[in-house]
Amino acid sequence: MNDTLATLGRLDVDAASRRAADQLVRRAAAAGLIDIAVATVDTPMGALLVAGTREGLVRVAFPEEHPDVVLQELADAVSPRILRDRRRLDRTLRELDEYFDGRRRRFTTRIDWQLIPAGFSRRVLEETARIPYGSVSTYGEVANRAGSRRAARAAGNALHDNPVPVVVPCHRVVPSSGGIGQYGGSEWRKEYLLSLEGWLAR
Amino acid sequence: MRPPPFAAFIEEHRATVYRFLLATVGPHDADDCFQETFIAALRAYPTVRDDGNLRGWILTIATRKAIDHGRAKRRRPVPMDDLPETGVGFELDGASEVWDAVRALPPMQRAAVVHRYVIDMSYAEIGRLLDCTEEAARANAYEGRRKLRAALAPVRGPDLVTTDAEVR
Repeated sequence: MNDTLATLGRLDVDAASRRAADQLVRRAAAAGLIDIAVATVDTPMGALLVAGTREGLVRVAFPEEHPDVVLQELADAVSPRILRDRRRLDRTLRELDEYFDGRRRRFTTRIDWQLIPAGFSRRVLEETARIPYGSVSTYGEVANRAGSRRAARAAGNALHDNPVPVVVPCHRVVPSSGGIGQYGGSEWRKEYLLSLEGWLAR
Repeated sequence: MRPPPFAAFIEEHRATVYRFLLATVGPHDADDCFQETFIAALRAYPTVRDDGNLRGWILTIATRKAIDHGRAKRRRPVPMDDLPETGVGFELDGASEVWDAVRALPPMQRAAVVHRYVIDMSYAEIGRLLDCTEEAARANAYEGRRKLRAALAPVRGPDLVTTDAEVR
């Protein structure tokens, strides 16, 4: 009998428990229990991790930031009720696809700013969100519009910590001295995005 | 410490919970109990503290769901027509009478037997899980095994009758 009982301990339940876990996501979504939905979208710049709350898009992460680390940060800062669920993010994922395809110039996705406390940094990012597709501003201009003319360096820091790159186009902010400047997600990505938008010659 | 993202938590514990439920409530109801277990966990998740024993926490919930499930089922027997047509696909070959006997045990004995012999927990852990003393957990597992032996001796023959020395 011990043997028979032990058999069940060894049964391969992986596939069945995976199916049950997938079904759980649908149940959790229907019950309104998912605080943060996450999904991955393939782009020419690598797989982007996208996370959304009920309020809007809260995080976009490049693959160098390890997904486990990004999700743990979200769990600590926002809520640990995090599940992989594409449906809530449907619109954002579609818009990102279209953007990288060259078919979209503006994101309509709502942003959830809760990772950036209200203040100068948030104003910098909000101003950056207004820079049109295919054009750029300088760090100084963005700092000025955010209310502090001389805070170009602080604006640069705020942009470096942009929780939602690509959608809030921090790549459209460049140094007044020329060149494209730095980028939190590696400079080749900034160059790629500015070329995609036609500001840099391809 | 704050708990890990729920997605990672499910990934880590889904197989253990499923195996436990398969043994306690059977292949037809394991899915339902699995859903109830993890939905209950998700509801409580923001307030849970990760003290290094989230496995114990989720198994406590699963145990409660399995016991509730057994009680509810006795109150309203499910007609055969209502059984889902596609089972989970687990062949408990040649052992189905064992599982029927396990599931016929009273809830506490069944839970103790499964925790001890299927997912290999210590009596101390089982006691914490079932909210009873280590001795009570041992007694429940012992009594459960005694009943299983009695139920199975006629079908399985004397080779299945084990001695007390086997009861750890």
